[in-house]
Amino acid sequence: MRHVISPQDLSVTEIERLLMLGDDIIARPEAYAESARHRKLATLFYEPSTRTRLSFEAAMLDLGGHVLGFSSQEASSAAKGESVADTIRMVQCYADLIAMRHPKEGAPVVAARHAKVPVINAGDGGHNHPTQTLTDLMTIHRELGSLEGLTIGFCGDLKFGRTVHSLIAAMRRYPGTRFILVSPTELRAPDYVLDGIRASGCVCEESRSMEAVMPDLDVLYMTRVQRERFFNEADYVRLKDSFILDVPKLLHARPGMIVMHPLPRVNEISVKVDDNPHARYFEQARYGKYIRMALILALLEQGKEGAIL
Amino acid sequence: MNIDSIHNGIVLDHIQAGRGIQIYQALHLDELDCVVALIKNVKSAKMGRKDLIKVDEMIGLDLAALGFIDPNITINLIIDGQVAQKKPLNLPRELVNVMKCKNPRCITTIEQEVEQIFRLTQEDPPLYRCAYCETAFRN
Ligand SMILES: [Zn+2]
Repeated sequence: MRHVISPQDLSVTEIERLLMLGDDIIARPEAYAESARHRKLATLFYEPSTRTRLSFEAAMLDLGGHVLGFSSQEASSAAKGESVADTIRMVQCYADLIAMRHPKEGAPVVAARHAKVPVINAGDGGHNHPTQTLTDLMTIHRELGSLEGLTIGFCGDLKFGRTVHSLIAAMRRYPGTRFILVSPTELRAPDYVLDGIRASGCVCEESRSMEAVMPDLDVLYMTRVQRERFFNEADYVRLKDSFILDVPKLLHARPGMIVMHPLPRVNEISVKVDDNPHARYFEQARYGKYIRMALILALLEQGKEGAIL
Repeated sequence: MNIDSIHNGIVLDHIQAGRGIQIYQALHLDELDCVVALIKNVKSAKMGRKDLIKVDEMIGLDLAALGFIDPNITINLIIDGQVAQKKPLNLPRELVNVMKCKNPRCITTIEQEVEQIFRLTQEDPPLYRCAYCETAFRN
């Protein structure tokens, strides 16, 4: 039984086939409208994440399937002290597939160990969120046509940003990727992330200035610089503007460069950028539904002839 | 007690001096009814000083736990008073319920019945990571 707990659980080939399935779903949605008929997806959300849950549910509904589940710890049986293992044993009697969000790291590993149906990790604390990574890859694939030979700038909080670490781990598997990391010193990417890039043979540069690197980028991936990450208010105020994207900073961008953001955005991207031809962060959410449809189908069909997984 | 005259049993040799008690505890040797000797600070040509453990019974050993605590230990299996087999230890691939994950955000901190599993993710220097949250284990 294949589960998707970490982005690394999928090979480059499997990801490529998922992206192609996503392309086909976008091109011919009607052909997939009954693909998961009579199948049920359980969304087990031990902490609220409306964005992710709605994306999973919309994906399953667009495949003609059904959804059931809970959307907060209080509503779950965990509130009565039930273990993850016991909840899974119960839920798999009703569902063909499980998407699980949990505040504790590694909870989906426990779920997968007990599940007789596929488990998708829909985010476990600050650890893994593979469908966010797939969403990012789908966005780049759709907007730039390839995942190879790209220069990707990551900007903001690169120390704690789980989405950044996962996307870096995914993109360093493609030949010719060049990473440019733009962050305050306090929020540099951890050494293991930098070591991982070097070990892969990809190029990695660090910078303190978004403007300086802008002309080189094919993708600018923005993240939030949170106030609580700084020791004092003065440092935060001094640094935050350098890591806020506004229209003037985009003047020297390449014509086809795309701006991405995992959302929700707070103030790190000026709302004036929303209409800018470079902005793609709202399209990202739409691609997220299609790649989740592809993943759900691949997991439900796994093991069959010609299946992706 | 004559600690030299083991007929059928196990001698753990080349234990780093001072580590003997830790191994004694990790292998739960206190629960055995047979003769068990923990000998400290034995003179050793190779190590200067070493600890030794002798168990006068052929017991099953948790080699994984042992390899994790000290991969340089030699295990001698004694059969009919002779050293029948010398087993060098390897770093175990997986450690189950040997140590606990220290990441407060790890699922193992709230689900008591979940086994504590660590996997070897790097040989040199050895690095074990929690099978759930992937946090590296540090002594
Ligand atoms: Zn852990």
